[in-house]
Amino acid sequence: MLKNRIIPCLDVKNGRVVKGINFVDLKDAGDPVEQAKIYSDGGADEICFLDITASNENRDTIYDVVEKTSKKCFVPLTVGGGVRSLEDINKLLNCGADKVSINTAAVKNPEVVKDSSKKFGSQCIVVAIDAKRSGNKWEIFTHGGRNKTGIDAIQFSKKMEESGAGELLVTSMDRDGTQVGYDIELMSKISSNVNIPVIASGGVGNLDHLVDGIKLGNASAVLAASIFHYGKYSVKEAKEYLDSKGIPVRI
Amino acid sequence: MNITIVDYKSGNISSVINSFNEVTKDKVKIEVTSDINKIKLSDKVVLPGQGSFKSCVDGLNNINGLVDTLNEFVINVKKPLLGICVGLQMFADIGYEETETKGLGWISGKVSKIDNQNGKYKLPHIGWNQINIIKESSIFKGIENNSHMYFVHSYEFIPKDKNVISATTDYSSNLVCAVEKENIFGTQFHPEKSDKTGLNIISNFINL
Repeated sequence: MLKNRIIPCLDVKNGRVVKGINFVDLKDAGDPVEQAKIYSDGGADEICFLDITASNENRDTIYDVVEKTSKKCFVPLTVGGGVRSLEDINKLLNCGADKVSINTAAVKNPEVVKDSSKKFGSQCIVVAIDAKRSGNKWEIFTHGGRNKTGIDAIQFSKKMEESGAGELLVTSMDRDGTQVGYDIELMSKISSNVNIPVIASGGVGNLDHLVDGIKLGNASAVLAASIFHYGKYSVKEAKEYLDSKGIPVRI
Repeated sequence: MNITIVDYKSGNISSVINSFNEVTKDKVKIEVTSDINKIKLSDKVVLPGQGSFKSCVDGLNNINGLVDTLNEFVINVKKPLLGICVGLQMFADIGYEETETKGLGWISGKVSKIDNQNGKYKLPHIGWNQINIIKESSIFKGIENNSHMYFVHSYEFIPKDKNVISATTDYSSNLVCAVEKENIFGTQFHPEKSDKTGLNIISNFINL
């Protein structure tokens, strides 16, 4: 039986791990390579790096981090943030990333998703969707949540599936950093509208939120940062808790 | 001993290279190349594969003499080869991804899309799934039945002769996830991304 995945996410800035509250007010908390190794030794099903300020700053640090991590961690590694072109994707994959997540570029130029999934295979193309509730709909935001687009999240998800995305990483902007739980309605709406796996993200504060993301949000995988990063829970504890709630996990 | 990982410009092979280096710790020479003379001189060959069946077959065909060299290595000289993911799928006679494409024909069978049962199963089949070992295989030495492996694929290899199947995994149906036919080994899952258990499989292949 296919297991639901737990994916710790490390937000990386200038080669160091940070995690913000609502994408601002960052705290420094460690070396990404060491953190990733701790997570993979602890049973993380995948590791995710988000280079959060990549759009604005010197981005070469992430390549070094990816290269070092991929020599130490033998679980899948997803890298996102500032990925704009096929060359960016190629460079990350060559450094040892297994998947690349595309956010702003997928909105600005959906051809990037089409071309990259054709060139590198859908298995390594994750489209990251940052969505904010607006009435009874959700709107897509780009540039790390700074720019409104007016694009409907559900329609966009379907379009990305058609374009060749292998997975969707869905982050609720309303919930990110709040620790009050995923936007379950958003997750389940997107999940029921596409046939590719959905990774739920944004808002995890406790282990029940992970359970809800899978059971109620129908997510194939759950991504979380702060709860693991600041040592509130270990990945192992999270897995044992999910297992106790009848969710299939790799233990 | 030297092992060649075939680099035919089809998908990302850095994880495969990293995992072999991790296991061998520089004791075995790992060559990453498309040079057919180096492949001929190798003791073992690894055939990775990402992307579509068609793009991988095209990638092999684009390198002059590569397919003939691999055929010679596998069929006549009978040295060990490990195919990973689409690398395994290409063992088939034919694949149906994108368009009907002829495979290497080393293990008779076809590669078709996994039946998603009208959307009941999401595709790609991504994540950790357990393998059911149904035949003793030297690459599974010391690997427990029901071990978890990392998968990512939408197509499955359906061999004609079921005796070649060494393991299956349950997703929509019992998908073939490992094959062994004499000196030919293949895994649909990614041992290079399957943590310590996966590295053990790589180690078993190296120690054949």
